[in-house]
Amino acid sequence: MIVAEQKPLDEVYEFAKKYKKVLIMGCGTCVTVCMAGGEKEVGIVANQLRLKAKENGDDFVVDEHTITRQCDKEFFDEETARKIKAADAVVSMACGVGVQYSAEVFPDMLVYPGLNTKFFGTNVEQGVWAERCAGCGECVVGDFGGVCPISRCSKSIMNGPCGGSSDGTCEINPDVDCAWQLIYDRMDKLGKLDELEKNQPIKDWSTARDGGPRTVKRDDVKL
Amino acid sequence: MSQEPLIIAFCCHYCAFTAADLAGTMRQQYPTNTRIVRLPCTGKVDANMLLQAFVDGADGVMVAGCEEGSCHFIQGNLRAIKRVTYAKDLLAETGINPERLEMYHIAASQGPLFAKTSKEFVEKIAGLIEEDKMSLKEETPETSGEKT
Repeated sequence: MIVAEQKPLDEVYEFAKKYKKVLIMGCGTCVTVCMAGGEKEVGIVANQLRLKAKENGDDFVVDEHTITRQCDKEFFDEETARKIKAADAVVSMACGVGVQYSAEVFPDMLVYPGLNTKFFGTNVEQGVWAERCAGCGECVVGDFGGVCPISRCSKSIMNGPCGGSSDGTCEINPDVDCAWQLIYDRMDKLGKLDELEKNQPIKDWSTARDGGPRTVKRDDVKL
Repeated sequence: MSQEPLIIAFCCHYCAFTAADLAGTMRQQYPTNTRIVRLPCTGKVDANMLLQAFVDGADGVMVAGCEEGSCHFIQGNLRAIKRVTYAKDLLAETGINPERLEMYHIAASQGPLFAKTSKEFVEKIAGLIEEDKMSLKEETPETSGEKT
């Protein structure tokens, strides 16, 4: 899932107070699961804004609405359209995709991000999310026992480990596992250590962000 | 006593709510400012429920659950502590004194403690409101002085 964190309240407040009516719009998919921008969090931010407005003597109305996904046009239904049009501005509590797509669907509406989008990750334990994919466009996880050297190694090196690996942790922070230690341990367990002898070729980064904005096109599913 | 401050007390059915009931049975006096909301467990509390109480006009909110280790649902009260702590941070972000929200542990047999805690909390919130009013009064002449 896409993992995000809420922006500091002051930042959202500075935006919201400029308008008479602000809609806080949540997203019911990834950011609901990572507890950053779902219905509950929309309620919290909306109530925080109301309380802060009361404290500061500012006068604006805060409305709340959450849709299943902000990255798909079909979920912007009539009720959503009505609520968006009734507002002067929208604070989107979706990831960066949802914020932009909301603005694309409603080109006349000011849309402000309520979250800072962090990474593609997983919920490793209750309340902890960790990065697992960098969206490099050409998955290599299969060569490394299911551990991604691109997203989990600080240097994204394909032929590791580097000299910064110490007691299974990375030199950047003792709380960060050395991905190459994880890869080695995993391949050892799988009896495939010999496969690590293979020199990995230089990665083609043009399939990643380095190649510019990416699109996926499939003629078989196009209408 | 006046109805200000208005206090919302989220009380667990198994302990603090029973304690409040007992306080009544024992003819214990405590201020009428407190409005009790009975919950099946303080584990039912979430941050937005606490914020909503403030939005709807509460001056102070107390959450009263079982003593640690004696929750009917094993650890609902421990979860409530975490959520109250989180809600205090949320309140601080909005500029409201986080001391306006507190968590207490009151067993079902502690009627007098419920009465005492309620009374003290009402007095504390009344004091905080007074402090806020005083600081507003102090700020106003200073600000106008700076401008001139």
